[in-house]
Amino acid sequence: MKENPGREFISGAEAIARGALKAGCNFFAGYPITPATPILLHMLRELPKMGGVGIQAEDEIAAIGFCLGAVMSGARAMTATSGPGISLYSENIGAAIMMELPLVIVDVQRMGPATGGATTGAQGDVQFLRWGTSGGYPLIVLAPTHIAECYTLTQRAFDLAERFRTPVFLACDKDLVTGSFTIQSAAFEEIPVRERRLPPKDEEFVPFRFPSPADVPPMSSFGGPHMVRFTTSAHDERGYLTKNSAAMQRKNQHLESKINQHVDEIALVEADLQPGAHTLILSYGITAQSVRQAADILRTHGGRVSVLMIHSLWPVPERQIRGALEAVTRIVVAELNQGLYRREIERLAKDGQEVIGVNRMDGGLLSPADILDMGGLK
Amino acid sequence: MINQEIDSYINQDMLPYPFCPGCGHGMIVDSLNAALVKLQLDPHQVVIVTDIGCAGLSDKFFDLNALHGLHGRALTYASGIKLANPDLKVIVLVGDGGCGIGGNHLIHAARRNIGITVLVFNNLNYGMTGGQHSVTTPPGARTATTPYGNLEQPMDICSTVAVNGASFVARSTSFERDLPELIAAAIDNEGFSLIDIWELCTAYFVPNNRYSKKLLEDTMKELGFASGVLRVSPHPEYAHAYRQAVADQQGLDVLPAQYLQPKYTHRLRTRLNVLIAGAAGQRIGSAATALSRGAVLSGLWATQRSDYPVTVRTGYSLAQVVLDLDQAGFAGLSRPDVLVVLSEEGLNQVKPYLAELTEEARLYIESRLLPVQTRAVITALDFKGKGLKRIFSLMALSEVLRQSKLYPLDAFREAVALDEKYNQEDLAALDVSVGISVHPHP
Repeated sequence: MKENPGREFISGAEAIARGALKAGCNFFAGYPITPATPILLHMLRELPKMGGVGIQAEDEIAAIGFCLGAVMSGARAMTATSGPGISLYSENIGAAIMMELPLVIVDVQRMGPATGGATTGAQGDVQFLRWGTSGGYPLIVLAPTHIAECYTLTQRAFDLAERFRTPVFLACDKDLVTGSFTIQSAAFEEIPVRERRLPPKDEEFVPFRFPSPADVPPMSSFGGPHMVRFTTSAHDERGYLTKNSAAMQRKNQHLESKINQHVDEIALVEADLQPGAHTLILSYGITAQSVRQAADILRTHGGRVSVLMIHSLWPVPERQIRGALEAVTRIVVAELNQGLYRREIERLAKDGQEVIGVNRMDGGLLSPADILDMGGLK
Repeated sequence: MINQEIDSYINQDMLPYPFCPGCGHGMIVDSLNAALVKLQLDPHQVVIVTDIGCAGLSDKFFDLNALHGLHGRALTYASGIKLANPDLKVIVLVGDGGCGIGGNHLIHAARRNIGITVLVFNNLNYGMTGGQHSVTTPPGARTATTPYGNLEQPMDICSTVAVNGASFVARSTSFERDLPELIAAAIDNEGFSLIDIWELCTAYFVPNNRYSKKLLEDTMKELGFASGVLRVSPHPEYAHAYRQAVADQQGLDVLPAQYLQPKYTHRLRTRLNVLIAGAAGQRIGSAATALSRGAVLSGLWATQRSDYPVTVRTGYSLAQVVLDLDQAGFAGLSRPDVLVVLSEEGLNQVKPYLAELTEEARLYIESRLLPVQTRAVITALDFKGKGLKRIFSLMALSEVLRQSKLYPLDAFREAVALDEKYNQEDLAALDVSVGISVHPHP
């Protein structure tokens, strides 16, 4: 354990940048966009100190394109943007899935649709991140609820990106990234850096060969000991274009299975279940802070309530959610959108369980009182 | 360096080429191979990046590293590859279509002079999708999408990249005998190189326009598009220049933590919500950060949230600071216990709160903004002759601390000093009281 040198007062943006650098990030490309710009500024200033490269691209399409190219050269890359930028990333998110490139994408959510509210927060991208590219293949989305998690989950995003050779989103809230918070330095939890799994140097390398569909192949880089081929088109295990149906089925099954057969390994939830509680409040991101306070208020007054925070939004941690729902009859889902993640809970709820949405879409945060009032918890 | 001489970089197992009879693509691929043989590059250090279209079929014929990516984005991948590993030789094979959809990247890759070599397979139309017009289709030409003749002016790819900073620019045709030498010179150049290689699309452009090698050369002349080597400039390549520019940063501390060890005492009893409302340029956010840091130095927990319009240096600026005895969750903007108002713009934003303030609440307000309707205890702030506008926010907060005795002024002073924006003179101004308390009139 590291010593405890005291407290800090820092922004979510800085915590994310620190987490990325701790995780061995050595490449960042981005395009300025409110409210994600602070991350771009930190990364461009800090990366050269570690021998890394940080660059502002001509647009978001180039920003993610630079990142994908850098990953193929062996870099550990991150980019950060907001909803309008994710729209422009869309096709290349599919490219990262298809080429199986580890990449961390920070989405500092702002109110949409379109340019929406540049300096206005929202949690409107939680389905968009999952379904924002063609094909429907899975990827991973993590969501920090407070400043310490900005640091830890950024590291975890790099860890999972390498583990599964996949793009991993960090879905953040504008107020968490641009706000500043006091933290006991010891609360910044470090997780071991997962190095890229490389194929043996002296053996023949087949870039997309996996023994069974759920296995993740090792990765070799351009300029390394092997000749490597990548393509965004349907390909065989050597990386050559194919229209062979068996090869395409196997590849696509692999893209599905490597994530969806490892949901328990990816799942991150925080359950605070109270025996005898009939209601469970479920939330994620910054809204979870209000949910914690709402539960405290309710319990102080003798009420009983269970709380579930989802840190891994995608793939949906279904087993963990079902477990938490087991004992309750009412589920309150609090989120800063029109009820986007609620639909995932509705499909997991059993007959007789009531699912209630507590929603806000005006750019403000849900207060503990809002959650208690609108959730019928008074 | 490599040990054995390489006589071809073509993967013989992949032959023959799938190109239409008479198509220029095969000739360009052969010329690239000849150029590579001439240069004897280590295959592990060469990456072929192809765009979409018929030219995009070419990478698989090379026994080299390869990437076949999204339409129009080849230059972005190539740039990332080069930025992360400047030792690589990166060669982009793109059609005239890719120069249209990826035109933005073409300009900016040239502008950076990033070390990649671009070979444009320019057959004046889209081959793979059935002969639609492209950005290089000559005026009047018939294509699937210009049934009445092309009305657009063709893009002069060479002039575009040359005027934007490409360091090696040339135009040629697939028929030129010296194409391999030209390609070798382009690859040999450290910076951004581009060769616009004109050729015949025998599937579409030739039959649709009764086109020929002779007419291809005539079109080039009629348009005034020069051929041969058009620009050579020795200016620095980006990936190397970047490393040179940041060399002195190596090894410096990365985002060093600024520890705030509590050493002062505070007099807070319960959570306090402070809202500071002013105008852009009044350093509302910086002052709020100082208030927060001072609180942390006094053993409190602070959270700061800012709200501002998208404009800079104009309009309102709000900062909310929540001070608590323990790590508090953040639940957004709620009714303030202390409201500080420093400008008309700020006042307009917080008007809804004024009526909500209780008798226990404190309002600190620039005296010229009075009178206002509120039940809160008012302190009129008078900054006349008391320094620069940019430190009014600090002076106001030191007045709040002086009256409330929330935590010592020394803690605030120490917090202000942590911000490089402020100097000794600014710090001295914190000692000057600017407030006159006013009892509220219901």
